[in-house]
Amino acid sequence: MKIRNSALAGIALAATAALGLTACGGGTPSGNSSSAAASNGGASDGITVYNAQHESLTKEWVDAFTAETGIKVTMRQGSDTELSNQIIQEGQASPADVFLTENSPAMTQVENAGLFADVDKDTLAQVPAELAPSTGKWTGIAARSTVLVYNKTKLTEDQLPKSMLDLANPEWKGKWAASPTGADFQAIVSALLELKGEAATEEWLKGMKENSKAYKGNSTAMKAVNAGEVDAALIYHYYYYGDQAKTGENSSNVTPYYFKNQDPGAFLSVSGGGVLKSSKNAAAAQQFLKFITGKKGQEVLKNGTSFEYAIGSEVPANDKLVPIKDLQAPKVDAAKLNSEKVTDLMTQAGLL
Amino acid sequence: MTTDLSAPARRGTTTAGRGNSPRPPFGVSAVSVLAVLIALFSLVPLGYVAYMTVATGWDTAVGLILRPRVGELLLNTLLLMAATIPLCLLLGVAGAWLVERTKLRGHRVWAVLLAAPLAVPAFVNSYAWVTAVPSLGGLGSGILISTLSYFPLVYIPAAATLSRLDPAIEQSAAALGLGAWRTFFRVVLPQLRIAMTGGALLVGLHLLAEYGAFAMIRFDTFTTAIMTQYQSTFNGAAGNMLASVLVLFCLLLLLAEVRSRGTARYARIGSGVQGKALRLPLHAYQWPAQLFLLALTALAFGLPLFYVIRWILAGGADIWTASEFLPALLTTFSYGLAGAAATTVVAFPMAYLAVRHPGWFSKSLELSNYVTSSMPGIVVALAFVTVSIRLVPGVYQTAGLLVAAYVLLFIPRALVNLRAGLAQAPKELDEAAQALGKPPLLAFIRVTLRLTAPAAAGGAALVFLAIANELTATLLLSPNGTRTLATEFWSKSSEIDYAGAAPYALLMILLSAPMTYLLFQQSKKVAGQ
Repeated sequence: MKIRNSALAGIALAATAALGLTACGGGTPSGNSSSAAASNGGASDGITVYNAQHESLTKEWVDAFTAETGIKVTMRQGSDTELSNQIIQEGQASPADVFLTENSPAMTQVENAGLFADVDKDTLAQVPAELAPSTGKWTGIAARSTVLVYNKTKLTEDQLPKSMLDLANPEWKGKWAASPTGADFQAIVSALLELKGEAATEEWLKGMKENSKAYKGNSTAMKAVNAGEVDAALIYHYYYYGDQAKTGENSSNVTPYYFKNQDPGAFLSVSGGGVLKSSKNAAAAQQFLKFITGKKGQEVLKNGTSFEYAIGSEVPANDKLVPIKDLQAPKVDAAKLNSEKVTDLMTQAGLL
Repeated sequence: MTTDLSAPARRGTTTAGRGNSPRPPFGVSAVSVLAVLIALFSLVPLGYVAYMTVATGWDTAVGLILRPRVGELLLNTLLLMAATIPLCLLLGVAGAWLVERTKLRGHRVWAVLLAAPLAVPAFVNSYAWVTAVPSLGGLGSGILISTLSYFPLVYIPAAATLSRLDPAIEQSAAALGLGAWRTFFRVVLPQLRIAMTGGALLVGLHLLAEYGAFAMIRFDTFTTAIMTQYQSTFNGAAGNMLASVLVLFCLLLLLAEVRSRGTARYARIGSGVQGKALRLPLHAYQWPAQLFLLALTALAFGLPLFYVIRWILAGGADIWTASEFLPALLTTFSYGLAGAAATTVVAFPMAYLAVRHPGWFSKSLELSNYVTSSMPGIVVALAFVTVSIRLVPGVYQTAGLLVAAYVLLFIPRALVNLRAGLAQAPKELDEAAQALGKPPLLAFIRVTLRLTAPAAAGGAALVFLAIANELTATLLLSPNGTRTLATEFWSKSSEIDYAGAAPYALLMILLSAPMTYLLFQQSKKVAGQ
């Protein structure tokens, strides 16, 4: 009697559980299920963009693109290397159609894994050859310059370092900040690695661990400079211009300093975009990439609030920025930047 | 993370005694099969961490674990726990004692206000404090923010226990000549042991799991470092090794709690009705006590609320028209509901076995769940991402997988409540219904399920609260395009768009407040058993 009793109870529970689970499996209204339904069920081909670029910038592109073509775009937000590694692990099963990054090392990683389709010729033609890899497996979509922002009430011009490498010297102990966890900073290190080699990079990272304060995000680092918590921060240029264009409350005491002279600290980092081989909506994905490197897409960079450099379709940079040709950036082949080596070196140095 | 506030009930009362079969008929009962399946499933994350540690290879693993950075994280984490847990115990017990056992003016209001900080997610607290004092950073700030966020985890069970303590023992102590202070330390405090160890465990587990609050003030622990590694390498060996150290930490904490809980019996023996607790007059201490409570609640609850509202006013009407705003609220709500329902359903077989068939079998099933839910969301999520990509790509990045992670992370909340509810629904009633001619299934539904409903609802509310504020597992596992209040708040505040983040913070507080109140009420009821 007792056995039968609990067995029956068990069946009842199993039924309830099954009902409950199917109910929540089928009925969970998440952002995905609704957008997936729209993209698969509708006539328009929706695409999924794994986006490591700033969410607000890509959203401007997406809104303009959807308005023009009617193609729906779903975004997954993450950091460069998080998403590149994720795409590699997902392999052929990846739901991503397009991958956009802030910097190029993560693009190279996916390219080396053989997961990118060739970018359409029309698209490649829109971007200068030096801002895209020779392989044509992905393309530059925007660019960003390394800059040292400093607090003008705490440092004078003559106290500024000649080279980014000087920041590893003892006199800079406790005085500068960076966001070592970000892809931006890791791209700067990858450029350093490419320009000066492994030993010099290791040495510099050791000095950085010793001297720098770590913040989460470039804007937070700049905010700390502004508040006088640190004297300077190694970030990208547009955080400063973006804040100035708004209220300036995080940059009123801050001035940007460009290293120039082909210094590693004058590195111009290329943001990348590519279409995945495994994409089931390849045509729409290529169309998206063509759109953002085209005139309209690049004008979002010129006229919008991102303050990143426009690089394609002969659209000039935003008027407020130092023109690219005046930056005296070192020549670095984007296809040679190595993110895995960089994260290893940074992990060894105790920064990650 | 577990916010297993009714923990004292689980530990203090034995739910045994009603069933006369010591263990379930193994292999026959479908309940057992279900419970075993759930328990096995809950061991996936632990198995993953162990597997990755082995797969990394001994030399690499040792290299990654025995490096200076891990030493730093270890020191940070240990110092944080060493300072925060005692502070939470001190504040929690002092608050509970003032509210429950003294003639504190307005003690009913204070009783609720001291629980209120729990409605403010720790990362919202951190955001408000960073606004107030922008230079906050490092260990001291970590201790400040986590103490203010987590002391209610001690306060709530301590207050519940104090309100139910038998005053007879204290009266005897007084009759034997013990002063008020000595009575407190020698009689009252020892009886709070279960509430205190349980609360301390919860605080400790929260400290190990917290990400957002510490990331915002640049304080690194194992969890923030794992997240960093994840963002740099997705699933690299270094992150996994940090996770294995963290899991070890969680297990040690569980073990320490079991040991310090002791085996003494705390339940009242004998017949008769328990007397009403005595309230000590405060005399000259009335004002200092009021000031202390005012300061504590102002810092823990008033300050975050003030700054959230200030940011909202600064942002003006524009921030409310953002198009992401409503979807995030709806998504949070539906994940909360789905997760709470699924967790309650999954916890049922486990609770049923524990109450109706107590023994080594149900005990070990239960333990496997506690182990998993003591692990931080980031570790469980990492395991799910990797395992699903490799073994079941069909469920990867689906809402179902995220809900499954929520179930594993928060099952004890449902379990504890369900157990209490089932214990109050004697199976004799079930049998009586059958004897009166109802088929067993119908009898079960009509009697047992109905009697357990209030407890199940309480547990579900707790799970909902946890899901609404969950960050790391949601960031990693959510389907493409998903945005919850917590992830939106996080993305806005990371870009130092503090005004844009404020409405999400306010909504999280508003969603959490009724659940926190419910939790507070529920803990008093449970403590009475």
